[in-house]
Amino acid sequence: MECVFGLVGNGFAIVAADTSAVHSILVHKSNEDKIMVLDSHKLIAASGEPGDRVHFTEYIQKNVALYQFRNGIPLTTAAAANFTRGELATALRKNPYSVNILLAGYDKETGPSLYYIDYIATLHKVDKGAFGYGSYFSLSMMDRHFHSGMSLEEAVDLVDKCIIEIRTRLVVAPPNFVIKIVDKDGAREYAWRESIKDMSVISS
Amino acid sequence: MSIFEYNGSALIAMVGKNCFAIASDRRLGVQLQTIATDFQRIYKIHDKVFLGLSGLATDAQTLYQRLMFRHKLYQLREERDMKPETFASLVSAILYEKRFGPYFCQPVIAGLGDEDKPFICTMDSIGAKELAKDFVVAGTASESLYGACEAMFKPDMEPEELFEIVSQALLSSVDRDCLSGWGGHIYVVTPTEVRERILKGRMD
Repeated sequence: MECVFGLVGNGFAIVAADTSAVHSILVHKSNEDKIMVLDSHKLIAASGEPGDRVHFTEYIQKNVALYQFRNGIPLTTAAAANFTRGELATALRKNPYSVNILLAGYDKETGPSLYYIDYIATLHKVDKGAFGYGSYFSLSMMDRHFHSGMSLEEAVDLVDKCIIEIRTRLVVAPPNFVIKIVDKDGAREYAWRESIKDMSVISS
Repeated sequence: MSIFEYNGSALIAMVGKNCFAIASDRRLGVQLQTIATDFQRIYKIHDKVFLGLSGLATDAQTLYQRLMFRHKLYQLREERDMKPETFASLVSAILYEKRFGPYFCQPVIAGLGDEDKPFICTMDSIGAKELAKDFVVAGTASESLYGACEAMFKPDMEPEELFEIVSQALLSSVDRDCLSGWGGHIYVVTPTEVRERILKGRMD
């Protein structure tokens, strides 16, 4: 089952997501990137129905880019989060998207922030958040070890603790995770945590 | 599980001597899991009208945005703030518009009307108004809240005593409800000032 979680540290926000693309009992691929770079200083980690996830996050990404083209300045993280919630809320009673989102961003004025947006468009600004069955483990792990203003080393250590806990205790634990961070220098991939490497095609 | 019990909530509004108090719990949950312990359920429409929204969090957020919009438009046209009785009628009308596809919220409205006379009311999810002279309650803990308020209420309480009574009623009721709690948020409003306080209760 899809695991997404994230937290806010000292001047940065970090999110991790599993990388399995699953269809019923079949694992299509184990290196599916579920954390989209929304713009230079925002990340959107999404979990849920695969078609909806890709379609909805791309739609948000393009609209955020459009705003920047039209107005010459980028959206703040709070504005992007509220826009995303608005789109989910409008679609909710017509054609709902089954996508849960953690939106992480960095603004010069307000610093790092993390927004929890669930599939029925509940929006809340949080210090730590998680979705999926993995959330039962990662949220508890973060409740125990998180404190505000964590350094990058401490935060990555906590993310690793959560990944280990998910791998140990979740029966259908995903093998691989991707970790991305966003800080004053922008949004970027930080690391992969792989326990199964995708095999490339073997030539006969 | 009922859709009204998906996120969990508890709200009270109580009338005192030329003042009122409106209080809520602070838990945001997704069924059995607690997501946040600082969720805001009470919104200030203007200095003398407060709105509390219990029920499904996404609909509470959407409803709050729609009502703020309508109130700002009213302020532009009428060049004054809405009276609480008028605001209650507006909320009722907006809820009934969605009679066959309702917002899953139960609002609690509290305000100071003409000559600073306290006004409280609640309504169901389709806008059936219930005016009361003493107190109104809403949320998953509503049955406990009714009992606690009935036992502790006295007419014509001063703001300090009102604060004590409402706090005790809220905290003791949410302790009997697993879906609400994690502290309290209370506003005590008199004609001259608004005092906002956070209550520390059982954090479980």
